[in-house]
This record gives sequence, structure tokens and C-alpha cells, in this order.
Amino acid sequence: MNAFFSTARNREQPDAGPSLREKLRSEELKAWFGDAIALKGISLSIPEKAVTAIIGPSGCGKSTFVRCLNRMHEVVPGARVEGRVHLDGTDIYDPRVNPVRLRRRVGMVFQKANPFPTMSIRENVLAGLRLQGIRPGRGGELVERALTQAALWNEVKDVLDRSGSSLSGGQQQRLCIARALALEPEVLLMDEPASALDPIATQKIEELVYELKASFTIVIVTHNMQQAARISDRTAFFMLGTLIEIGDTKDVFMNPKEKMTEDYITGRFG
Amino acid sequence: MTSAAQTAGPSADLTMKEKGALVERLFSLLSLLALFIPLVLLAVLFGDALRDALPRLDWNFLTGYPSRRPASAGILPALVGSAYLMLLTALMAIPLGVGAAIYLEEYARPNRLTQLIEINISNLAGVPSIIYGLLGLELFVRGFGLGRSLIAGAATLALLLLPMVIMASREALRTVPLSLREAGYALGADQWEVIRRVVLPMCLPGILTGIILSVARAIGETAPLITIGALTYVAFLPDSLKSPFTALPIQIFNWVSRPQAGFHVNASAGIVVLLALMLLLNGLAIFLRIRLQRRTS
Repeated sequence: MNAFFSTARNREQPDAGPSLREKLRSEELKAWFGDAIALKGISLSIPEKAVTAIIGPSGCGKSTFVRCLNRMHEVVPGARVEGRVHLDGTDIYDPRVNPVRLRRRVGMVFQKANPFPTMSIRENVLAGLRLQGIRPGRGGELVERALTQAALWNEVKDVLDRSGSSLSGGQQQRLCIARALALEPEVLLMDEPASALDPIATQKIEELVYELKASFTIVIVTHNMQQAARISDRTAFFMLGTLIEIGDTKDVFMNPKEKMTEDYITGRFG
Repeated sequence: MTSAAQTAGPSADLTMKEKGALVERLFSLLSLLALFIPLVLLAVLFGDALRDALPRLDWNFLTGYPSRRPASAGILPALVGSAYLMLLTALMAIPLGVGAAIYLEEYARPNRLTQLIEINISNLAGVPSIIYGLLGLELFVRGFGLGRSLIAGAATLALLLLPMVIMASREALRTVPLSLREAGYALGADQWEVIRRVVLPMCLPGILTGIILSVARAIGETAPLITIGALTYVAFLPDSLKSPFTALPIQIFNWVSRPQAGFHVNASAGIVVLLALMLLLNGLAIFLRIRLQRRTS
């Protein structure tokens, strides 16, 4: 089991553990697609400036859960949510909350890299501002900062006006991360950001996540348990739309409280 | 087992494949034939018209006005009329058609009413053009009191094009993957911003192609224009929206129905001009699609 803890986590410990101030909290969160229930009442807390990993078998609701944290779930036709999610103590499902404003504070990176194909690399980074009707001009400094944060600057600084889709898969995903970071969100939701990437590109994303947690609260969905073990501070295990167990990553992997968690992480099913 | 198979040669199930291959070759030949028949027909038609037309196809023909003498009759009013018609038709049909497509594809909730509208739009695309002509006659020429004018003709053609423009635009809108729309929403954009800055730029090639192909079809339409009363002998250029007009297909139709052989030559020349115009428009559609697609992929 110790093999899970490698590279990034053991290399150094910049801050001694997460600050543990609560950033997000879900209460009895339920979600449906039409008549099918996907989340059956999830209550959990997500600490600030730490990485929280959501693991679980396919169809367990882990993606749906993070999509409820920035109200992306309701974009799907027929989708419905009940319950509360507090961001710094404010319920984001309060009818007065504008989901468009919320998503500027809670950014998201998807499973499949989705840079805008009609835009250049530079325009992709600035897309969030443009989409909100802000004219950042060429946005030199902002572009450089966001791409540097996403560990992509050195690879693309000379080709900023080339199409975003001319990059490799891993670069495209980091471009999407830069695009989300350019809006200076407080929370970054990552829905299996490395599942379509090769091991080297995956490692880059993992190192990036590890660096980003100094400034951002990160929630990452992954079906790769080693990945969860390597990069997260907290791990939540989902199954069939329910939260089975949540705790410090070390505890969940070394001493799972639930039999189901143990079976899953030791590969007895999944 | 293996040595036995080697000495015995290919077994029965292997030789069976020969028949399959024969059928396959036959089928591909038939498909090729199916492709050639329309191509050859088109070539013969065009070649025949071109041969008849060549002696008449000159600058005077393109810039001349109709005349009682076939040799001095020209096509300018029809050419200009068709150009104005196309322009006005496009100006009316494009915003309405693309707007309707955006509503149906992006905003409308999928309920009974939406379904009913969708079925009706598909049906409208199949309605014979003469029916649109009668509608235009009653609605624009008489109802709105526009008379037998350029604007009434363009409005009628715009009606005819609307279902086609709507359907082509919807097809194009549907090609934009959900993942890109979600990327827009996740960046804190509202629906209109996502449509304007993500969806439309991406499907512009498809929408443009659909529009140009529809417009190219419209310049060949004759029946609705005859119904609303386009003139067949116009010795002037249209000078206002309410001016009487003629168009290329009308002029051709008129010349063909004349008894003098000289006018039939004129009709052939008119056909060549019309076909060249359509070819030009279709070429433009392909050019735009390739150019814009290169930018987006």
C-alpha cells in the first residue's frame, strides 16, 4: 500500500498539511438526471487550499457531485438538484445566486481537453474574460501569468497566436487549466483531468495540481486510485450515489473505516 | 492438420469468397454507373446549351435590353433583377432563418409545441414553390399592397428559403459538441455569450454553406415569380424596391416560348449564364467552407 505514496507527495512538504478552513460544504445534496437519481444525499466538507480527491467506480456520482459544486449539473436538460452547497458560508443554490457569477469563482477543468477550436492559444486563455464581455486587449501579462501557472508558458510562448487545437493532448489540457486560472477562481474543480492523457502528460498535470493547491482549493475526480493517493490531502469514496467514507487521504488508503472502501482500493471490485 | 491443408489446397469455404468478391465488384461498378448517369446527363445538357449559345454569348448579350429582334436582345434587366432579388431575399431569409434555428436548437424546451413546429418546418421545405407563389401573391402583392414589385418577389422567395435555411442552420448548430458549450458555461458565460462567441463561430462554415446553397436554388426558381407577376418584357433596370422586375429564369422561360428560332438561341445563352451563376455560387460555398474549416480544426 505504501507504493501509492510516491513522487510529488514525498518529495517535499511546502506547507505542513492543509489549513483545514472549510471552503465548500455540501448538505444532503441530491441530484437527478430526469427520473434517475445520481446523488442520494451527500454531506461533506472541502478544506481551503488543499486537494480533495473524489474516487469511486464508474457511475458512482463523482462527476455529478463536482458538477453540482459550480451548478454545471443543471446545464444538462432534465437535470435537477436538491439540497445545499455552501461556498464560504453562502448557499450557492439560494435562488438569488446567479450561477454565471458563481462559476467565475468556482472554475472547472473537464475530462476531455476542450480548448475553443476557433481561438488561438492567447484567445483561449482570455476566453473567460471575453465571454463575460470584458475586453482584455492582448492581455500580455495575464496570458503569461495564467500559462505560467499552468506550466505551459515555456512550451507555447513563441506560438501564442497558433490555434489551441494545434497542441498535444496534454498541452491542450494545461491550456484549459490556464483558461480556468485566468479568471482567478477560488476553487478549481477537475473532472478526471488526466484520464485521456499518457503517463508523462499525466505526471505533469499531477505536479501542477500539487503546486496549484498553494493558491487554490482543488477538488479532483479520478478513477485512478494511485493518483488520488499521490496528489490529494483528503479523499472521499463514493458508491452508487452515496458517500461511503471521507478522511485524510493517508487514513482512507491505509486504514479505511469501511469494508467497501477497502475492497475498492485493494482492487476487489471497481 | 496443417500439412494436410497445405497439400489439399484451399478448402470450400475459401473458394466461396470468390462469389462474394464478384458481387462486390459488380456492386461497385453499378454505383459508379449511378454516379456517371447524372454527371453525363448534366454535361450533355450543358454542352448542348453551350453549343447553341456560343454565337450569342458576348458582352452585348450581357449588357443589352430585351428587344423584338432576337439578335439584339440582351439579358441585363434579368441579370440585375436576379441579383437584386438574391440580395434582398438573403437579407430577409438569413436573419430570420438563423434566428429561428438558434431559438429552436438552443432555447426552445423540447415539448409538444416545439415538435409540432419542427415537423411543420420539414414539411414546409417540401411544399411546391408555386404554392409559395400563391401565398406571396395574396399576402405581399395584395395584402401588403406591395404590387408586382421587386420587394414582393424577394419576400416570396425568402419565405420559400426559410425552411431550408432553418434546417441547414440547425444541422450546423448541432455539430458543436456539448463539451465546448460546457467549457463556455464553466468560464462564467451566460447562454447568449456562449452562442455568440463559441457556438456561432464554430458552425459558421456549415451555416454559410446552407445559406449559399439555398440562395443558389432560389435564383433558379421560376414558378413563384410568375405567380406573383414578374414581367417578361422589361426594358429598364429596377430603380426601387417597389419597381417592377424580371429575373433570369423568367426571361429564359419567355424566350423559349417564342416561336422564332433566334429567341431559342437567346434562351440557350440565358441558360448558360444562369448555370454559370449557380456554379459560381456553389463554388463560393465550397471555398468558404474549406477556408473556415481550416481555421477551426
